[in-house]
Amino acid sequence: MAAVGQRRTAGQSAVFFAGAAAIVLWSAGPFLWQLSTSFQLDRALVSSTPSLIPHPFILQHFYNIFAVKHFQLYVLNSTIVALATTFLCLAFGAMAAYALSRLKLRRRFGLLGFILSVSMFPQIAIVGPLYLLASTLGLLDTYEVLVIIYLALGLPLVIWVLFGYFQTIPEDLDEAARIDGAGPFRILLFIIIPLSVPCLVTTGLLAFIAAWNEFMFALALTSTIAHQTVPVGIANFTNLYYVPWGDIAAASVVVTLPLVLLVLFFQRRIIEGLTQGAVKE
Amino acid sequence: MSRTVAVDGVQHAAQPSFALVGAGRIDFAPLLLLLPTAISLGSVSLYPILDGLWLSFHNTTLATRENRFVGWLNYRLLATDPDFWSAWRHTLEFTAISTLAETVIGLGMALLLVEWFAGRGFVRAAMLIPWAMPTVVTSKMFGWLFDGQNGLVNWVLRSLHLIGGNIDWYGSPNTALGTIIVADVWKTAPFMALLLMAGLQTIPGSLLEAARIDGAGAWQTFWRVRLPMLAPILLIAAMFRALDAFRIFDLVYVLTGGGPADSTEVLSTLTYKTLFSALEFGYGSALSTAMFATEALIALGFGIVIVRSMRRQGR
Repeated sequence: MAAVGQRRTAGQSAVFFAGAAAIVLWSAGPFLWQLSTSFQLDRALVSSTPSLIPHPFILQHFYNIFAVKHFQLYVLNSTIVALATTFLCLAFGAMAAYALSRLKLRRRFGLLGFILSVSMFPQIAIVGPLYLLASTLGLLDTYEVLVIIYLALGLPLVIWVLFGYFQTIPEDLDEAARIDGAGPFRILLFIIIPLSVPCLVTTGLLAFIAAWNEFMFALALTSTIAHQTVPVGIANFTNLYYVPWGDIAAASVVVTLPLVLLVLFFQRRIIEGLTQGAVKE
Repeated sequence: MSRTVAVDGVQHAAQPSFALVGAGRIDFAPLLLLLPTAISLGSVSLYPILDGLWLSFHNTTLATRENRFVGWLNYRLLATDPDFWSAWRHTLEFTAISTLAETVIGLGMALLLVEWFAGRGFVRAAMLIPWAMPTVVTSKMFGWLFDGQNGLVNWVLRSLHLIGGNIDWYGSPNTALGTIIVADVWKTAPFMALLLMAGLQTIPGSLLEAARIDGAGAWQTFWRVRLPMLAPILLIAAMFRALDAFRIFDLVYVLTGGGPADSTEVLSTLTYKTLFSALEFGYGSALSTAMFATEALIALGFGIVIVRSMRRQGR
């Protein structure tokens, strides 16, 4: 856009291209090395000259993490927790965002600001009290406790993004339905939600990624492989006598690749959702 | 509903509401819709924050089952606790350096990306990889990259003859915090760039065009037009980054566990250990309250600068 009416010289183009290549190398390079590591023999990994292309190409590390270390159980736990969190975040978040955006509420921006400011507290400040509470309620080492906590951590962002989107839906649509006798719940369910599917997908993805990646609460509140999530599993991935870098790389690839693919597919929408606050300032 | 509209006429038809239906009957719809959020945030955010404050005035220790009110004792102990002040300094050092580096590198990336070129979508997608990756995976990944014996970084630097022998990056107190800063900058600078790029795109093209016609070069345009216009967004983004950096936990806990020789111990890891290793919930709560107070000061400092920069722009 700055280049309107300007033509770029070959030199400038070269600089831009080099800069863009550097950014891609910076962003994707370390992960590509991790990908390569996951297919290499331990012997190749400690050789004096590392090779980017795995030679020989082996699947031993993937066999190790699934067959020996039962990594699939962590993946299952994470999937259950993250999906439940995403679903609840979207349901409760849409309700709250709709109330804040459409219904007559006094101090709606005050409320919105309050909801956002709650998410600014350092999480380490609530982990102790939540541990005691979960212990009293018998919720330690359950899926429920993680879902309940991730829901509260995810809601402020979900509400903020959905609120911004609902504000762009013309109010005439609600109005027409209201004249036809529809109440607020019906309007939300049958008019607003169907119109918001693209935004719900993006927001859901943000909530999913946050829940999938969370570490500290999972570490503090779960203690067995029955409920521990992927980050805790990977953090505990150390053998007694050496660090199994190949196995760790394989596990990293298994949990990161789905996220990377989702992100590549939805990048435009994710960036729009995440930068909404910045652009509207 | 229809009755209200009929009685009050145009005014209500234009701005209808669910809040009051008929005479004096309160509509509970907005409250019902907000109820799940209120319960969730109330029980998982507000209650624990208040409970943490309460605990910080007690000597609650799970191991000895002590739980007495001790007044300001925990805070007095904190004031003279060398571990606390050392972690406090590490945290501030980490926050300052990584926020600065992320903002500068992010701005550089954003300025490059905001100029149109083919394949920008691909570059932007690649930039989301560090953001999307679980922080625990980032820690392990940097653990492997910066490994003291077979790490790729050591190999590259040795091949370029920049270092004579292998460096034990996160195993030595001199370089451990720096390694963690590098990992954090890797993870968050691209995201900062995406935020700043969104900000740069809101600057009207006509302004840049006018500057160009007046003979301003790229350098002048940046300092005189873009940077001043971007300042509020830049500062807000930096503030959120700084507040987030101040809470760093995952990277440190997984990569070094606070070591070697406590050289990377930060407030979050110290608090976590006080809570879940020493089981001292009272003292741990005082630690997290002190941490929160520091965060509030950081936010206040940024807030003042942000308001000033917005006023300057408004003039």
